[in-house]
Amino acid sequence: MRRTPLLARLLGRPDLGAISGAVLVFVFFGITAGGSGMFGAEGVMNWLVVSAELGIVASAAAMLMIAGEFDLSIGSMIGFAGMMIAIPATYFHWPIWVAILFAFAGAMSIGALNGYLVVRTRLPSFIVSLAFLFILRGLTLALSILFANRTIVSGFKETAGSDWLGDAFGGKIGQGVFRWLADADIIGKFKDGTPVVPGLPMSVVWWLGMTAVGSWVLLRTRFGNWIFASGGDVNAARNVGVPTRRVKISLFITTAFASAVFATCQVMEFGSAAADRGTLKEFEAIIAAVIGGNLLTGGYGSVIGAAFGALIFGVVQMGIFYTGVNTDWFQVFLGVMLLLAVLFNNFIRHRVTGSRA
Amino acid sequence: MNAPVGGHRLLELKNATKYFGSVVALNDVSISVHAGEVHALLGDNGAGKSTLIKILSGVHELTEGEMYVEGHPVRFASPREALDAGIATVFQDLAMVPLMSITRNFFMGREPTKGRGPWRRFDIDFANRVAHDEMRKIGIDVRDPSQAVGTLSGGERQCVAIARAVYFGAKVLILDEPTSALGVKQAAMVLRYIAQARARNLGVVFITHNVHHAYPVADTFTLLNRGQSMGTFKKSEITREQVLEKMAGGRELSELEHDLDEFARADRGVKNGRA
Repeated sequence: MRRTPLLARLLGRPDLGAISGAVLVFVFFGITAGGSGMFGAEGVMNWLVVSAELGIVASAAAMLMIAGEFDLSIGSMIGFAGMMIAIPATYFHWPIWVAILFAFAGAMSIGALNGYLVVRTRLPSFIVSLAFLFILRGLTLALSILFANRTIVSGFKETAGSDWLGDAFGGKIGQGVFRWLADADIIGKFKDGTPVVPGLPMSVVWWLGMTAVGSWVLLRTRFGNWIFASGGDVNAARNVGVPTRRVKISLFITTAFASAVFATCQVMEFGSAAADRGTLKEFEAIIAAVIGGNLLTGGYGSVIGAAFGALIFGVVQMGIFYTGVNTDWFQVFLGVMLLLAVLFNNFIRHRVTGSRA
Repeated sequence: MNAPVGGHRLLELKNATKYFGSVVALNDVSISVHAGEVHALLGDNGAGKSTLIKILSGVHELTEGEMYVEGHPVRFASPREALDAGIATVFQDLAMVPLMSITRNFFMGREPTKGRGPWRRFDIDFANRVAHDEMRKIGIDVRDPSQAVGTLSGGERQCVAIARAVYFGAKVLILDEPTSALGVKQAAMVLRYIAQARARNLGVVFITHNVHHAYPVADTFTLLNRGQSMGTFKKSEITREQVLEKMAGGRELSELEHDLDEFARADRGVKNGRA
């Protein structure tokens, strides 16, 4: 069997643009912000956590996008899921782990409903999930006021600290490694000898884990092939027996799951939930996915690309701060990058499908 | 009835009738397909060809009538059931996703797996090998089966769709206008492959409105017009011209010829008058 040449194969990869974009961004900030502490331990943690949290939802959004659908309710779901943890834990005195499981069950049920409505009504998911964007944000506000009479619920960080499931989201791992790094003077330490960065936040672990699992499912399982097929041509897929409805509903549940992971990480880290958490995250997730080479029209893309898209997003958002440039420029930068990514993706699609498509 | 062409009877439709609301899409049509036979289903637009295919392939259910596969009565609730019974349909839109690789298209919905439990995964090496070999068997040497289907020509795509059906054990191939969108060379490639499928003892239902594509390769012809069968003929019983004549277009074509003659005469008259 002959193989296509390496260069052509690389160009056929949907995530090539995002990977080279990430390299460019690092080179850029390495030059402009190299001495500012952006690449010190604390600086790295800053942009890594921003990238990780976005990456968690971007991985799920990317898979859903490949299956040809959008979920605009991601951001509102983050706020809603956070409140589903904080209110029962604070006011009903549920154990944290029960509240977390409740939030996941609630979020995933709403995700299932969202998906069911999309496949059942055949309305564009853009519209259906846009409705959920408002419904969930409104519910979050209304129910917070109803149960807690406030829109920011805090004060259970002390309880959360000792919870096993809470630690799986808000904890840190690798403390030993970081202490060793501090002792070896590779990373900075405080006067009392503790490292400035005590460990790797669990959100980073969730990001890497969800990217790895998502990519494996997409590229190496039957279900992954069904995702591509459902987004590429839903009629063709159905005609050969692909259960496209089940695929799409599962992926709506996955984006809801990812939103709940995002929310739990934030709530457990800060020890508080706010009704406006996650605002605009649905668009940031889509932007990360598109920068990662996922086509808006579905049928083509990569979860690894979305992870690099989120990395670019995080590095640029935080990096601008370190360069000393007015942070207002971030959105300009973001918009330009999105435009470039879409143009590049278009070019790739024409390459992949040849001139005949 | 005509004596069967080829081997045993694979698929039979008896007195098939289909209503959509009060509209009769198909009225009392009977056809049968045998192993090693190419059965051409000819008719103009709106003759009921699409309805018939959709019944055979399990997309629509019959309102009245019976269907038999190798003598057993069947009723398909979905295309998947028809596929499992060995009736494979290659739809006009091909059921191919241009952005997906040849391999991924080839095995779409029937991916081979290896491993157990959570490690059960798509066996991509095996799938690549099979796709490559099956394509070579039909004379298309794809450079790399992981290249996108979009890079193939129309005729090649059609052949991938047919090769896929054959590989998955189709006994009867239903081809919906497989040559209609193709140029002469590409159409020839597909027709050659249809003959090859017949040689492998498959039954082929070849739906087309193009007599010139159907006549060279088909053994039997059923002509449809406005939802009704105008008869089934063996190739020895009917000429290409008669087939044309019997199709809905037949009479209209001769009327058109007549009209064109009239135009030509009028045109001459005008020119002469001016001269």
